[in-house]
Amino acid sequence: MSMSDALLKIQSVRQAFPKPDGEDMLVLDDINFSLADGQIVGLLGRSGSGKSTMLRLIAGLAPPTAGSILYHGQPVAGPAPGIAMVFQTFALFPWLTVLENVQLGLEALGLPEAQIRQRALAGIDLIGLDGYESAYPRELSGGMRQRVGFARALVVHPNILLMDEPFSALDVLTAETLRTDFLDLWIEGKLPIKGVILVTHNIEEAVLMCDRILVFSRSPAHIIDDIKVDMPQPRSRLEPAFRDLVERIYVAMTARAVAPPPRVAPDRIPGMGIDMELPRASANLLAGLIEAVAGAPYNGNADLPVIASALQMEVDDLFPVAESLQLLRFAEIEGGDIRLTDIGKQFAEAGVDDRKKLFQRQLLTYVPLAAHIRRVLQERANHTAPRSRFRDELEDHMTAESTQHTLRSVVAWARFSEAFSYDARSETFSLDNPT
Amino acid sequence: MRGTVPISVEGATRGITRWDALAILLTLAILVFIAEASRHFLQPLVELQMAPLSLAPENLPEYAARTTLRMFLALILSLVFTFTYATFAAKSQRAAVLLVPLLDILQSVPILGFISVTVVFFMSLAPGRVLGAEFAAIFAIFTSQAWNMAFCFYQSLRTVPVELVEASRTFRLSPWMNFWRVEAPFAMPQLIWNMMMSMSGSWFFVVASEAISVGNTTVTLPGVGSYIALAIEQKNLVAVGWAIGTMLVVILLYDQLLFRPLVAWADRFRFEQQTGVLPPRSWVLDVLRRSRVVALLTDRLSRLWRRTYQWPLLRLRAGPAGESSGKRGRWGDRLWTGLVAALAAVALWRVATFIFANISPPEAIKAMALGLATLSRVIVLIAIATVIWVPIGVVVGMRPRVAQIIQPVAQFLAAFPANVLFPIAVSAIVVLRLDPNIWLSPLMILGTQWYILFNVVAGASAIPSEMRDIGANLQVHGWLWWKKIALPAVFPYYVTGAITASGGSWNASIVAEVASWGDTRLQASGLGAYIAQATEAGDLPRIVLGIAVMSLFVVIINRAFWRPLYWYAERKFRLG
Repeated sequence: MSMSDALLKIQSVRQAFPKPDGEDMLVLDDINFSLADGQIVGLLGRSGSGKSTMLRLIAGLAPPTAGSILYHGQPVAGPAPGIAMVFQTFALFPWLTVLENVQLGLEALGLPEAQIRQRALAGIDLIGLDGYESAYPRELSGGMRQRVGFARALVVHPNILLMDEPFSALDVLTAETLRTDFLDLWIEGKLPIKGVILVTHNIEEAVLMCDRILVFSRSPAHIIDDIKVDMPQPRSRLEPAFRDLVERIYVAMTARAVAPPPRVAPDRIPGMGIDMELPRASANLLAGLIEAVAGAPYNGNADLPVIASALQMEVDDLFPVAESLQLLRFAEIEGGDIRLTDIGKQFAEAGVDDRKKLFQRQLLTYVPLAAHIRRVLQERANHTAPRSRFRDELEDHMTAESTQHTLRSVVAWARFSEAFSYDARSETFSLDNPT
Repeated sequence: MRGTVPISVEGATRGITRWDALAILLTLAILVFIAEASRHFLQPLVELQMAPLSLAPENLPEYAARTTLRMFLALILSLVFTFTYATFAAKSQRAAVLLVPLLDILQSVPILGFISVTVVFFMSLAPGRVLGAEFAAIFAIFTSQAWNMAFCFYQSLRTVPVELVEASRTFRLSPWMNFWRVEAPFAMPQLIWNMMMSMSGSWFFVVASEAISVGNTTVTLPGVGSYIALAIEQKNLVAVGWAIGTMLVVILLYDQLLFRPLVAWADRFRFEQQTGVLPPRSWVLDVLRRSRVVALLTDRLSRLWRRTYQWPLLRLRAGPAGESSGKRGRWGDRLWTGLVAALAAVALWRVATFIFANISPPEAIKAMALGLATLSRVIVLIAIATVIWVPIGVVVGMRPRVAQIIQPVAQFLAAFPANVLFPIAVSAIVVLRLDPNIWLSPLMILGTQWYILFNVVAGASAIPSEMRDIGANLQVHGWLWWKKIALPAVFPYYVTGAITASGGSWNASIVAEVASWGDTRLQASGLGAYIAQATEAGDLPRIVLGIAVMSLFVVIINRAFWRPLYWYAERKFRLG
């Protein structure tokens, strides 16, 4: 495809935010891609992978730290005419009726009153909102609200439609209906748009809708895979080619899951390796996934896409759990499969008390932060330490937000395994459990 | 779409409907009222002095009309102030450095003490005419309404949900359009609630501002406030009764004709999309909404308004997005902060030299000591009000029917100026030979204690029914129920109410520490009495000293006690 075809060109875009210690935290690193006429490009990745940030840069809501975003060959500086957005949380104005919400963008364009009305009604008609013109958003179901979001974006006749996880706040059935309706209109050429950028964490959704899928890795996000989807529309989830592609993307995404950290040997310098950001997964979820994988029909070895759909979990829910299991050596993840280790199998069969003991052993052996906290508590005379002691230490290495998440995870795991306890009111860690 | 029927088939659309008639009548009545009441503005002052105030009850409707108009004009002024000052503070970080703390202080300054100062200024604007005195009165009422409105608007502007901000930006709304389409609507419910509060609070100032003395001359503007003052001076108990009745009528009219319609109208601006709660209703709004003439008119007006979105000057956009502040921006910030600090230092120096040129340091220490006396009164009174009203508020709040009746009553009582209770208080103290230092104090909290009551009522009615059910299910009764369920649940609401009550009590001390009934004059020793005396004597340095000391007390208590308590309550007890 020639250069002139590109509606949008993203060149070496980089986005960084300052960290507390003065260094920059890289959110996006060296992102390059382009959007051609008639294309739907999907940005696929887990939450926190910076794909929404990328979308906001394109929308002109923030400037990139480095690199350029060219729309029709011109750099984007501030919200540009011809780029409209559909939001995950709909972002409707609750005090405006459906019609007024749809008209808002047209009013901002300064069109004559008659044209505003005519275009808004046409948009409402197109998107299937007839009869709801005078309703307020609070009177509508989630699906109808997002239809208003679509109509509002479409009536300004944008060249590019940006979609930020537009279906993820809807229930499965509603999402499917809306997705199909949108695709039908797109394929029939009834939409006044030339190209779409879709941000999603749902692999099947990406394969269903996109002509091209860019897989984002995490921290810092860069594109790890660029997949062209050649299947004709409408696509079916049951086709072997569809399943193969989903599997392939799963493998690509899991290949980058946390690399196994080094084992913390007792003779090593205390405090080493504590700067690892811990995944967010409760101990109950970990136990649940171990049991699911250990049980029939998987018997200790499961295909991630298969078990995800069986448990009705999306990538965003499943990956942190799988990652945690790998980190604690309860399971291994490879090529889109999850396989229980011997310890994992032992855990699946153990009773409550033995599970706690097993979990505590794995936690203190493989999570340096947990071992570090316990060692500090043991060394102190009163066996207590304030949260700030560890928070400050962690914040030297990561953002305040990551620190909070990491501490929350380690507290949750330590509570479950009774490795140490934490009092949220006084914000102190201690060794004694209430008896 | 189906074609429209060429003739009217719905019987109700025949020319002017009864709703139209009612709406037109309402509008005309309001216009006549405004014209009547404002006719006097251009009167020469001499004329006013020739026709002195009369206690005859038949004059009360006119007085009430004039008082009402003053309060209404002050409310409009407060709105204008809110929309400009708060918006500026929210939009410009540099402006916020100066404007937000200033607003915080203004909230704590006892403006009651300042009335005599502002009068001189306003009288000079329109010499020899009533207009100047009217301006002064309106300004005094304005100062009692504006601060909390501006503050809540500022906070609303800062908390517009991110997704709405982003939506507004991607659709490229100009700042002007964004303000009227996004920001103002988002802030509306909270703003209207604060307007109602302000209105209640400003009655207190009406009484103080309608009878203004400048040096030796006293300008008495006809109104309910000056009527009350005169009735007290002449020991006319019947007249006091008439005045209370009139106030009740005016408050009811304001509620029915202005606030209830506003609350019902603003219901659609609520951001949380809760269900199951009945929307507030108002018969006035229903009439206006059903009227076709009004519909036609508002349609025209809103169309005209929308046209302003297209005006080239108002379509100017802010520069490109994001933090453009590089090194230059940061230096600019530093320079600005320095400038503000220098300005503050100069102001402090001026105030200090002004005070100490006329007053000896021991006197300043005396003022501080008086401040401590008033502080101890405020603390004791808030504690007593808490013990009384928190349990009652919880009991009332758990019964929605009773709460519905209590809320408007409490609002009326909150509007009650302490002056009207002077007859009872003074007579009782004189007859029973009580110590005014103790027994005048309750007047301070007379109008402000209700804030504790209705906040606690609101808190108790917001306790989720599951929480109550689990309490019943686990057989939690008696003290345990209060300790573990009721009190923690209403605590954040209580703190909000107590902050308002405590701030209001300081202000009220200026009126309440000196009480008179006819020639009998009682005085408690405290900072309020100090300011009141200085005001009466026209002693400017002492007024400034008193106000400065009181502001200092209020600010320190807010920062050191209320603010930490508020955040503690927010963190620990806020449900959901």
